[in-house]
Amino acid sequence: MSTQSEASRPAAHVHVPSSVMEGRKYGFLFFYALFYIAFLYVPSLFLPLFSFNDSIYIAFPLKGFTLKWYGEMMASAGLLDALYNSLKVAGVVAVVATILGMLAAKAMTRYTFPAKGALASFIMLPFVVPGIILGIALLVLTFSIGLQLSLFTIAVAHVLVCVPFSMLVLISRLEGFDKNLEEASLDLGENAWTTFWRVTFPLALPGVIASLLLTFLSSFDEFILAFFLAGNEVTLPIYIWSQLRFPSKLPSVLALGSLIFMVSFVLIVFAEWIRRRGVSEPTKPGA
Amino acid sequence: MNQAMNTTTNAIISIRSCSKLFGPVRAVDDISFDIARGEFFSLLGPSGCGKTTLLRMLAGFEQPTKGNIFIDGAGMAGVPPHLRPTNMVFQNYAIFPHLDVRKNIAYGLRKAGLDKKQLDAKVDEMLELIKLPGFGSRAAHQLSGGQRQRVALARALIKRPKVLLLDEPLGALDKKLREEMQLELRALQRNVGITFVFVTHDQEEALTMSDRIAVMSSGKVLQIESPARLYEMPNCKEVAGFIGTMNFFDAKVKGREGNATLVDAGPLGTVRSTVNGSTAPGAGAAITVALRPEKINISFQQPNVGENVVKGTTSAAAYLGDRSHFYVSIPGRDKPIAVASQNIERASDASRTDQTVWLTWRDDSVVLLTS
Repeated sequence: MSTQSEASRPAAHVHVPSSVMEGRKYGFLFFYALFYIAFLYVPSLFLPLFSFNDSIYIAFPLKGFTLKWYGEMMASAGLLDALYNSLKVAGVVAVVATILGMLAAKAMTRYTFPAKGALASFIMLPFVVPGIILGIALLVLTFSIGLQLSLFTIAVAHVLVCVPFSMLVLISRLEGFDKNLEEASLDLGENAWTTFWRVTFPLALPGVIASLLLTFLSSFDEFILAFFLAGNEVTLPIYIWSQLRFPSKLPSVLALGSLIFMVSFVLIVFAEWIRRRGVSEPTKPGA
Repeated sequence: MNQAMNTTTNAIISIRSCSKLFGPVRAVDDISFDIARGEFFSLLGPSGCGKTTLLRMLAGFEQPTKGNIFIDGAGMAGVPPHLRPTNMVFQNYAIFPHLDVRKNIAYGLRKAGLDKKQLDAKVDEMLELIKLPGFGSRAAHQLSGGQRQRVALARALIKRPKVLLLDEPLGALDKKLREEMQLELRALQRNVGITFVFVTHDQEEALTMSDRIAVMSSGKVLQIESPARLYEMPNCKEVAGFIGTMNFFDAKVKGREGNATLVDAGPLGTVRSTVNGSTAPGAGAAITVALRPEKINISFQQPNVGENVVKGTTSAAAYLGDRSHFYVSIPGRDKPIAVASQNIERASDASRTDQTVWLTWRDDSVVLLTS
């Protein structure tokens, strides 16, 4: 039992002979890895860099350090409204998508029923349908059933694309612990509902938190569906896009972008930390 | 008529014509029997024989496709697991990893309406019973296999079930601990007086612990007997072969002589059996003669007896300290006869293979099997 939990822990303390390390230190793969990381992150670093630059032009050389774009950002009512809208939509989407994802994941991992595989692929479909196609389809649907475009229509579309995310995260979590644990709870006098809250939910909690964060961020980020389905109230990505026409507004958008970048980074690291922590807990006794 | 009346007065569990089909597979095939109150009852059989499915039907995790189950007189059709007077010890124990030992043991008492003091007292009593006092605050992953097994037991017993169901609970333990737990479990069962239904594929385990054993194969119950009777008087070749080792000989009934049945057992010659009594089949019937290895006496000198003796050659011998195993070839038979012998005399290093030996046995050791 102990061997299992040890095996799943990262082998951080494994001793590698120093001669091996030195031999490989500056090899081809080292530079490949450096270039790879630079490719991933250097473009994003321009955001914070220019958000502190004392010029409305996004160009080198840098002029001087300033915080005024952050001040301007805070003073912009339209921007703050859009931010608030985005937080509202993403919050609701995260909760709804995670609930639906949990129901789907429970069905997929605990029950057998006809056409289970087909149904799973069907739920995964929004994952692979191009956003622009989905956007147009939803726009047509919204008009044909006479619905007003609003934050609600954006949220519905976001739930649609977030459920597959949530389901995948939660399936892997539910498969990670023994279904005998739920049977043991039923056997000890709890019904299906109380068993869910006393056993399934606490054990799936790391997955639930990861799902909430992931779906929140994908809704918060999402542009195309929001672009098609936005009414008078816009989400942040739409607002930013609309501001790109005015060069003077750009630096404050960069300031906001830098803040979002930082918060997203912290949230993702946190979600991943929670997920790993959950995985390394020994959940299968005696297996 | 109320079907519950079919149960005998002393039965805690009555299984009536129960079948369970998984698609085309008959996991449990038309089984009927009773389990008595306070009994240690084992379901024994190879994997896939339906014993675990039957146990899960008693627990309510599976519903019978056909037939009925009564527990303490009440029909169990459609009754979910949480409303049954049974509790289960799972094969891998299913200790809740997010709860400590105390909370695991107290898990089933949420609705019992006890205050904290009463609850603590009950849990302490259980920790005492499973000999783990002071382990209450341990987390599940800090327990050894044997300790998990005890916690699983306490968690089920604290509910005071009418029937405790155990699904191969000792399978994951090493040999020494397993033997220790067998005795402990048996003592515990006598102590609490709860009916135990114990699933195992280990025949020795079943013989050690049970009041009665049901031997299962391919979804059917072959025989239900006490350990001694099951071992001494198996009712068919399959049971005889599954419990311990058995030598089989094709044979034909010749007739009766007093309370003995005379049988022509080919290379063994004519043998007499007093085991089956008047239930033995009549003259001319093709049957199987079964003889346990330890019921055969082996000697290196010709014994002074006229019947129940056969001469052979040892083709293999194993010295096991307290006893020896011999494989003896006799003329007219391909398969050597297995013989187990107590080493009463001091053994020497002299070779014991390719020796001429004589095998003898008693009339009451010869079991006649009709199928």
